[in-house]
Amino acid sequence: METEVMTNGLELVYEKPDTLKDVPFHYCPGCGHSVVHRVLMEAVKELGIQEETIGVAPVGCSVFAYHYMNIDMQEAAHGRASAVATGIKRVLPHRYVFSYQGDGDLAAIGTAETIHTVNRGENILMVFINNGIYGMTGGQMAPTSLVGQITSTSPYGRKPAEVGYPLKITDLIAQLPGALFVTRQAVHTPNAVRKLKKAVLKSFEYQKQKRGTCFIEVVSNCPSGWKMLPKDTIAYLEEQMFPYYPLGDLKVPKD
Amino acid sequence: MKQIKLMKGNEALAEAAIRCGCDAYFGYPITPQSEVLEYLSANAHKRTGMVVLQAESEVASINMVYGAAGTGKRIMTSSSSPGISLMQEGLSYIASAQLPCLVVNVTRGGPGLGTIQPSQGDYFQAVKGGGHGDYHLIVLAPSSVQEMADHVFEGFRLAEKYRNPAMILSDGALGQMMEKVVLPKEGSLPKTEKPWATTGKTKDRNANVITSLFIQPEKMEQININLQAKYAELQKEVRFEKFSCDDAEVLLVAFGLSARVCQKAVDLAREKGIKAGLLRPITLFPFPTVELRKLSEKVDFMLVVEMNAGQMVEDVKLSTMGRCPVHFKGRMGE
Repeated sequence: METEVMTNGLELVYEKPDTLKDVPFHYCPGCGHSVVHRVLMEAVKELGIQEETIGVAPVGCSVFAYHYMNIDMQEAAHGRASAVATGIKRVLPHRYVFSYQGDGDLAAIGTAETIHTVNRGENILMVFINNGIYGMTGGQMAPTSLVGQITSTSPYGRKPAEVGYPLKITDLIAQLPGALFVTRQAVHTPNAVRKLKKAVLKSFEYQKQKRGTCFIEVVSNCPSGWKMLPKDTIAYLEEQMFPYYPLGDLKVPKD
Repeated sequence: MKQIKLMKGNEALAEAAIRCGCDAYFGYPITPQSEVLEYLSANAHKRTGMVVLQAESEVASINMVYGAAGTGKRIMTSSSSPGISLMQEGLSYIASAQLPCLVVNVTRGGPGLGTIQPSQGDYFQAVKGGGHGDYHLIVLAPSSVQEMADHVFEGFRLAEKYRNPAMILSDGALGQMMEKVVLPKEGSLPKTEKPWATTGKTKDRNANVITSLFIQPEKMEQININLQAKYAELQKEVRFEKFSCDDAEVLLVAFGLSARVCQKAVDLAREKGIKAGLLRPITLFPFPTVELRKLSEKVDFMLVVEMNAGQMVEDVKLSTMGRCPVHFKGRMGE
């Protein structure tokens, strides 16, 4: 459905890009997913690559990413988004391909696919949403849940002696020669969103150059899973998550 | 003029894939099918530009197949029993998302790590779905190196016609043995239109989505009704071969390698004056139910011979519905 923006003579400063379908997001209030969806699709719009981009949705809260992103998409089995993206990219090497996964999907059940996709240097963009919890299944402990974090399956807090430390998979990824650009970003402030967008734009540019895998971790929030008001998740991100998952580039191309 | 070659089953299958215009193969080494990956790695890309990728696991291979098949390309993988077990989740997704592709199982003995000797112990897994949910693969059962090649053509053709994954259920002996074979001609299998494929959303159409998620119960049921209607329609593709059935009083029923043993057994029995015949299903799904029902009214009894503990015999019994006695002879490991 076409909607006309009524500006009443005022300057139009923001408009939903047509790379997003005109439907409301189902995500919980304050959740970072919708912001990341928008950033990705704004980048696709700005680069003019809607007809050339194929996305892969995961199993998790963003399983319905294809309800919102107005591009051809495939929905992968749990953990396998990067294998599915590999399949697409290998037979359509001139298309832009990205995968979009959460922490349980990418860093627990799909760890082998994640490591090997990057190790092959697949020319794709992997977007990794790390909110330290299994959101869709109701707030269970994730591979990235912080030490002491209370979840429905770590009701007394995550104990490293029992279940190990939170997995910094992005740091592992940065060690692999196949990784071209590895960065850790966030969406908790307008400035963070701007930085994420730059990283996404850069990643699509790199993909055109066929030089290796681009990997963007977004340290995000889960107000429902964390049992917090959305505004309180910002302080939690800054005080708890970012010290363990520091923001910034982990690997940038040499030239 | 037809060119006759002497080839190993696995290599004939791989060569047939190249000639059938297969766009990509994703696989992982496992005995007794590794020659497929090896042959394609050495020959495919330089000849047709076909993508050949050794994945990190069978789990990864089948999900690469999902992604690549979702773009509408002609895609294949192969493995052997334990590896095919690892692919079952992916096959369920592929069946639900209705992606045409070809999966080859050069079976070995099981359960578990089992043996690398041939077996037919994966009949149930192949024919009854194998993964979760109500679905079927199209299943072809070769009994010669010639059919290892022919079924590649037929598997791709049926998979694309019905938007359904197809499986070649072979075994370690057929994969390893050498026989003469006439290969399909290059370019003889035409490409088909796939308007549903994810190739990049053009302005003249809505975004294409490949998914197996239908969270509304009404939608899920409708998808299942559609799948079942497709499986019913597939019945018209049933294929089988009959030997000496016209006057048979004893009917042997066997597929694949065991059908070759049975064909010899029929000859030996006839020499002794026993009126024996053989029905060899070529498609295991769809299964030759109607033909078996007809034959059940003519023969004294049937004997199902399999290299397993008795799997296809259940489908023979369901087909004959008690009209004649159905016996079973199976071997499981030797």
